[in-house]
Amino acid sequence: MSSDISNSGHKPDGSAKQKAPPVSQPKFWNDPKKRSLLFQVLLLSILGFVFYTIIDNTLTNLEQRGITTGFDFLSREAGFGIAMSLIDYTEASSYGMTFIVGLLNTILIAVLGIIAATILGFILGVARLSDNWLVAKFSALYIEVFRNIPLLLQIFFWYYAVLRTLPQPRQSIEFFGSFINNRGFIFPAPVPEAGFGWVTFGFFAAIVASWLIARWARKRQELTGQQFPVALTTIGLIIGVPLVLFLFSGMPLGLDHPELKGFNFKGGITVIPELIALWLALSIYTAAFIAETVRAGILAVSHGQTEAATALGMSKAKTLRLIVIPQALRVVIPPLTSQYLNLTKNSSLATAIGYPDLVNVFAGTTLNQTGQAIEVISMTMAVYLALSLMTSFFMNWYNARIQLSER
Amino acid sequence: MSHSQATDKMMVELRDLNKWYGEFHVLKNINLEVKQGEKIVICGPSGSGKSTMIRCINHLEEHQKGDIIVNGIPLNEDIKNIEAIRKEVGMVFQHFNLFPHLTVLENCVLAPIWVKKMPRKQAEAEAMELLERVKIPDQALKYPGQLSGGQQQRVAIARSLCMNPDVMLFDEPTSALDPEMIKEVLDVMIELATEGMTMLCVTHEMGFAKTVADRVIFMDGGQIVEENEPHEFFNNPQHERTQLFLSQILQH
Repeated sequence: MSSDISNSGHKPDGSAKQKAPPVSQPKFWNDPKKRSLLFQVLLLSILGFVFYTIIDNTLTNLEQRGITTGFDFLSREAGFGIAMSLIDYTEASSYGMTFIVGLLNTILIAVLGIIAATILGFILGVARLSDNWLVAKFSALYIEVFRNIPLLLQIFFWYYAVLRTLPQPRQSIEFFGSFINNRGFIFPAPVPEAGFGWVTFGFFAAIVASWLIARWARKRQELTGQQFPVALTTIGLIIGVPLVLFLFSGMPLGLDHPELKGFNFKGGITVIPELIALWLALSIYTAAFIAETVRAGILAVSHGQTEAATALGMSKAKTLRLIVIPQALRVVIPPLTSQYLNLTKNSSLATAIGYPDLVNVFAGTTLNQTGQAIEVISMTMAVYLALSLMTSFFMNWYNARIQLSER
Repeated sequence: MSHSQATDKMMVELRDLNKWYGEFHVLKNINLEVKQGEKIVICGPSGSGKSTMIRCINHLEEHQKGDIIVNGIPLNEDIKNIEAIRKEVGMVFQHFNLFPHLTVLENCVLAPIWVKKMPRKQAEAEAMELLERVKIPDQALKYPGQLSGGQQQRVAIARSLCMNPDVMLFDEPTSALDPEMIKEVLDVMIELATEGMTMLCVTHEMGFAKTVADRVIFMDGGQIVEENEPHEFFNNPQHERTQLFLSQILQH
């Protein structure tokens, strides 16, 4: 091939071609392989130089200002309080603990947000394709509104415009022993008493029983063709069994009621308004994107599939469940993963309203107090990287599992 | 013709059928009666409404005026009637429309299990019997994407037959196939015809029409222009448009 090209340029007549050497070597910068090697070596040396400069510069600067590097600061006492913590944390805890508290708070908001956004997004995505004019238009309106307003603004809206305008603790909105005010949502904490173990046992027994029933129902359908309402039975068992046991064992559950003492409530469980605002904003915002992803996935399944199922006499619901959704999921999962990653990373906007997530607590207060910028920032970045990679890994695994069934 | 297996029982009746797509009048006063066991071939230029007409029969398309009666069940707004009719009517599409995420066998048993509530064992046994009739039992565990076009269309036929329909609709079943695969599909359809199935086929396979059709219907501009038994239809077409159409498709 190469000899052909080089020959035809210089020697148009056929007789000269025979005398020419069979293969002429191209100049080395015209050889694609050598050329790409040259570019890679160039790029690598530039990158090496840049990194060397950055690291050398940093080390020199740190030395000049007398800042010690290393992770010793993690064991020092933090000395500041955190508004919300899933583990025991006091001002006497270490900076290392502030990292854990922030990390757990970040994971909490990410998990809560992903669950809510997924459910809401799937409902809205299917709703936008509904034949029902009102449902479809409502869904379209929702998506267009929340997708097109900056997330930070939405967080501010829920926090400052909705939750902070709620009454003071003394004028709390009260219902069923719970209170809503500008300090958050306060509800009675359940305190298990002797005999509550039965209820817990009943709950897990119901889960096992539901699983067995699902298996039995599948077997029976294969043998006799009869269908069984598995979903309804499962819900009934998981709620019903613990409830019956709870009533028969004499309701062994005390409640720690919140009470107004001075200017604030004591007792009960408090969900701080920062968490509620951030959760609402992240879920509602991301749900709009997930809805579009789901809609795209459903539209990607050709109309012929629905027609074939319809012609076979299948109902709309069964067509959606057995034909459309399984095929749509393959298109939906990769962009859905991106949305999960976005939500997790966007949760760092928490710092704008003071929700104590990793960025606010660790890359904020701890960094300010210790001045260990390089260590703190790299630990924080490593956390987001690890969380994102874990999410990607899980979603890729799930995607591979459902893709496999194609052939 | 002499080999007709038609009985006196009326299977499909279209009375003054009219359909519009917005302003466009696609079907104009269609009247058609198909008896049990009859085989009808419908041909005509593209856009003449032949596919639309047979798609109305199982309500994939909605008609605006006129009556459709399938095996005594009137097709109206009642969802129960629509479901009942769809159980009696099987359909084969131009582009096969097999479910790509299910194996050949799963494609076949899906509707019997979920619509007719048949035990899986029984559904699978019946599906295997039908796959044998269309001569691809060895492909049962493969996915549609692994089969040739001809094989896929034969699976599609078997899938419809699994619901044990009384009428089969074929919407250009060989138009998307490579020439060497057309015969294997037509062979299956001819076998089905000789077994006495009521069939309405939209097709331009004139050899098939001559072999099995009791009647050939020529449609143009949303109307039935000519209707005759195949011998007369091909040798002595009455209308100018039919003559023109036949001269165009038969000149090769």
